[in-house]
Amino acid sequence: MHLVYPVVVSALLFSIGVYGVLARRNAILVLMSVELMLNAVNLNLVAFDVWLGDRLHGGQVLTLFVIVIAAAEVGLGLAIVLAVFRTRRTVDVDRLRALAEVVRTPDPGRPEGEDAS
Amino acid sequence: MTSQAPGLWPPSGPEVVFLLLGAVAVGSALLVVTTRQLVHAALWLVVCFGALAGGYLVLTAEFVAWVQVLIYVGAVVVLLLFGIMLTRAPIGPSAGLDSGNRWAAALVALATAGVLVTVVVTGFRTAYAPLRPGQGSAGSLGASVFRTWVLPFEALSVLLLAALVGAIVLSRTDIRGRE
Amino acid sequence: MIAVVALIVLLPFAAAVAGLLATRLGTRNLGARSGPAAYRRAAWFAIVPGAVSAALTVWLATALARRTAPAGGRFWSELLPGRAEGTLTLVETGAAPISLTLRADGLSVLAGILVVVVALAVQVYSVGYMRDEPRYPSYSAFVSLFTSAMLLVVYAGDLIVLYVGWEIMGLCSYLLIGHWWEDRANSRAAVKAFLVTRLGDVGFLFGIFILGTAAGSFRIDDVLRADILQHAENRGTLIAATLLLLAGVAGKSAQVPLQTWLPDAMAGPTPISALIHAATMVAAGIFAVARLYPAFLAAPPTLDVLGVVAAVGMLGAALAALAQSDLKRVLAYSTISQLAYMAAALAAGSDRAAMFHLVSHGAFKALLFLCAGLVIHHVGSNLISHMGGLRTALPVTFWTMTVGFAALAGLPPASGFFSKDAVISAIEHGTGPAQPFVQASALLTVGVTGAYAARAWLRTFFGPTRIEPLAEPPPGVAHVFDGREAPASMLWPAGVLAVPALLLGLAGPMTGVEIEWGSAAVSLAVALLGAGIVYALWRAAPEQDPARLLGPFRVPCERAFYVDAAYAALVARPVLRLARGVVRTDARLVDGAVRGSGRATLGLSALVRRAQNGNAQLYVTGLLAGIVLIAVAAVVLT
Repeated sequence: MHLVYPVVVSALLFSIGVYGVLARRNAILVLMSVELMLNAVNLNLVAFDVWLGDRLHGGQVLTLFVIVIAAAEVGLGLAIVLAVFRTRRTVDVDRLRALAEVVRTPDPGRPEGEDAS
Repeated sequence: MTSQAPGLWPPSGPEVVFLLLGAVAVGSALLVVTTRQLVHAALWLVVCFGALAGGYLVLTAEFVAWVQVLIYVGAVVVLLLFGIMLTRAPIGPSAGLDSGNRWAAALVALATAGVLVTVVVTGFRTAYAPLRPGQGSAGSLGASVFRTWVLPFEALSVLLLAALVGAIVLSRTDIRGRE
Repeated sequence: MIAVVALIVLLPFAAAVAGLLATRLGTRNLGARSGPAAYRRAAWFAIVPGAVSAALTVWLATALARRTAPAGGRFWSELLPGRAEGTLTLVETGAAPISLTLRADGLSVLAGILVVVVALAVQVYSVGYMRDEPRYPSYSAFVSLFTSAMLLVVYAGDLIVLYVGWEIMGLCSYLLIGHWWEDRANSRAAVKAFLVTRLGDVGFLFGIFILGTAAGSFRIDDVLRADILQHAENRGTLIAATLLLLAGVAGKSAQVPLQTWLPDAMAGPTPISALIHAATMVAAGIFAVARLYPAFLAAPPTLDVLGVVAAVGMLGAALAALAQSDLKRVLAYSTISQLAYMAAALAAGSDRAAMFHLVSHGAFKALLFLCAGLVIHHVGSNLISHMGGLRTALPVTFWTMTVGFAALAGLPPASGFFSKDAVISAIEHGTGPAQPFVQASALLTVGVTGAYAARAWLRTFFGPTRIEPLAEPPPGVAHVFDGREAPASMLWPAGVLAVPALLLGLAGPMTGVEIEWGSAAVSLAVALLGAGIVYALWRAAPEQDPARLLGPFRVPCERAFYVDAAYAALVARPVLRLARGVVRTDARLVDGAVRGSGRATLGLSALVRRAQNGNAQLYVTGLLAGIVLIAVAAVVLT
C-alpha cells in the first residue's frame, strides 16, 4: 500500500472538515465537521502506524484514544449546544455575537476615544 | 520499507479498494458539509464513517475499524441525531444552513487542502508500506493497550467520567451554580 | 589693584541683587506695591554701592596716573599711564580659550569715571523723580545692574567678557524702557529697542568670533597683538570681522541704519534716558571701537564705511531733532547726531578726539536729560509746545540747562566747544575717500545743532507761558504742574553734572588735545549762525515754532525721513506676513497632518473593527488563514 493514498484522502477529509467548521451556521453541523477532521487525523495515525510497523502499535492505540475523546467531546459539545439553545432559542453560531464590542453611536463632532477621559 | 516498493501505477488490488472507499468517504463528507438538510448531513456522516472503517480494514487495522463502526456510527451519530431533534431543527430542506463567510471558508479550506496535499505528496511520494494481515487484530492491540499504554488508558477513563459528569451538569436545568 | 577693579564692577551688581531680593524683606509688605520702607531701603541700596564704586574709581585713576608710561603707548598714556590686568580663570573651549580677564588702563578708567559719576547722579536724581512709584525697587536694581554691566564692558580684558556685559546692558535697556509697561506703546518701544540692538549684536558676536579664532585668543591684548593686524594677506578676515563688529556698534550706538530704536526708547523714565540712552550705553559702541582701535586702523575700508555712516547719521539726526515737538525726542536725535560725531572722529583716525567727545558728551547730555526731566516734572508734559517762559519759575533748571545747551551747540567755554573742535579738526586731518563728504556734513551739522539747541532753549524757557495743568497725568508723567522747583535730590545731580559739562573742556589741553583756533572759529561761527537764524525767526513770532524754517522739509524731518515707515514696509510687514504664513502652515499643514493621522487611524480602526463583530466563525477563519499562510511561508522559505 502506497502511503500517499491514505494521507491524501485524510488531507482532503481534513480540508472538508475545515470548510464545514467555517461555513456552517448550525452548531450541530459544526460538530459534525469537527468529527470529520478528527477522522482525518485517525486515518493518518493508522496509515503511519502501518507504514512504520510499530510493534507497540502506538498509532492504532492513539486512534482508539482519539475515538474515545471524540465521543466525550461530542457529548459535551451537544450538552453545550443544548444549553445555548435553551437560553437563546437558536443554535446558529453567527447569531451568537456576545463577543462583539458594544458599538456606541459616535459623536459626529469629535473623534471617538477622546470622550473616554 | 521503501526499497522494494512497486510503482504508483498500476495500483494493486488493496489500493484500488482503498481508493474507492476513500472516494466514497470524501464524497459523502462533501455532502455532509453542503447538504441542505440536517438529518441528511447526519446520515451522510454515517456513510463517510463507514467508508473510513472499510479503509481501516484495508489497512489491516481491524480492531480500529470495528471500534469506528461501534462508536462513531453507533454512538456519535445517534447522539448527533438526538441533538438535531432536541434543538427543534426542521426536518427537510432548510435554507440558510451556510453562514455568510462561506466563500472565505471555501478559500481557506482550499488553501489548506492545497498545502496539505502538496506537503504529503512531496514528503511521502515513495513511501510504501507492505500490508501484513493480523497486524491490528484485537489480540495484539489489546496486549499493547494493557501492557504499554495502560496508564494513558486509565487517565482516559477518568476523562470520560469527567465528561459524563460535565454533560449531565450542563444538560440539567435544576442544578444551579453557587451564588 | 585688579581687586579694586573687580570690586568696582561687583558692587553695583551686589546692589542690584540686594535691590531685587532684599528690599521687601521684613517690611510685612510682600504685595505688589512697595511701602515707604522698601522705597527707602531700595534708595540706600542704589546709592551707597554706587558712591563707593565712584570713590574707588577715582582712587584707581590716581593710582594709574602715578605710574610711569611704557614707551609708545596709546593716547591716554600721557594722562593715565598705568595699567593693570588680572585673569580669574581660563576657560578651555577646544578652540580659542576664553579668559575671564579684567583690565584697567587709561581708556577704561576714562570711560569708567563717566559711567560711575553719571550713574550715581542718576540714582540720586531717581530718588526724587520716581517718588510714589510702586516699582521703584526693581527700577533702581535694574539701574544698578546696568551700571555693573557697563563697568564690565569698560573693564573687560577679554572680548567674551565684554560681550557678556554688552548683552546685560541690552537687557537692562529693554527692562527700563518698558518700565511703564502698562502703556502698550512703552512695551512696544522696549521690544523694538531690544530687537534692533539684537540685530546688531548678532554681527558683533560673529565679529568677536572671527577676531578671536583668527587671533587664537579672545584676550584683547592678544587680539591686538595678533598677526592678523600685521600681515596684509589677512586683510579680508580683518575687514569682515571689523565690519561685523561695526554692525553691533551701529546697533548699540544708534547709528544709521539701526538708529530707529533710540527715539522710541524715550518712552522710558527720563533718568534712564539720561543714563542709558544718552551718556553711557549708547557710548559703549564708540568705546568698543576705541578699545579695538588698532584692529580698525588696520582695516581702512571699515573706517570708510564708518565715516559715511557717521556723516549720514549726524546731519539726518540733527535735522530730525530740529523738527521734533517732544523735548526728549529732540535730545534723542541730538544724541544720535553727537554719537555720529564720535564715529566720524574714529573714522578719521583720532580715537583721542572721539573719547574726549564721548566723555564731555556724556556729561552734558546726561545734564540735559536730567534738566529735561526737571522741566517735564514741572510741566507734566513732554511736548515743547506745552512749555515756555519757564526761566523765572525754574531758575536752577534754567541755568544748568543753559550750560548743557551751550555745550551741545559747542559754544565756549563749555566742554562741547573743545571736544567738538577736537572732533572737527580730526575730521579735517582725516584721510580716506569719504573725507570731504564727512567734513561738509560735520560743518553743516554744527549749524543745525546750534539751531535746534537754540530752538529748544528758547521755546522752553522764554516766550509766553503755555502751561496748562493736566487733570489726569498719563502714565509715565506722574506729576501735575505745581509751580515749584523739583526737590533738592533732583536739583543737586543736575547742578553737579553742570560743572563737568561746563569745565571739562578746559581739561582737554591736559590730555594733549590741541585746539586749532582756525577750525574752532569757523565751527563757532557756523553754530552761531544756525542759532542766530532760529533766534531771528523766534523774535519775529514767539508764538510760532522756529522749525518752520525747514519749510516743506519739516514733515519729513519730523518723521525722521520716514526710516521707520520704510523699515516697517520693508522688514516688519514682510516678516509679520511670513510669520502669519508660518503660523497658518503650522496650524493647517503640520497640525493638520498630526490630527489627520489621528483621524486616519481612527477611521482605519473603525474599518478594522468591523471584523470584530462577535462572529466566532469569522475569527476562526482568520486564524486558520493565518496558520495556512505561516505554513506556506515555512515551507517556501525553508
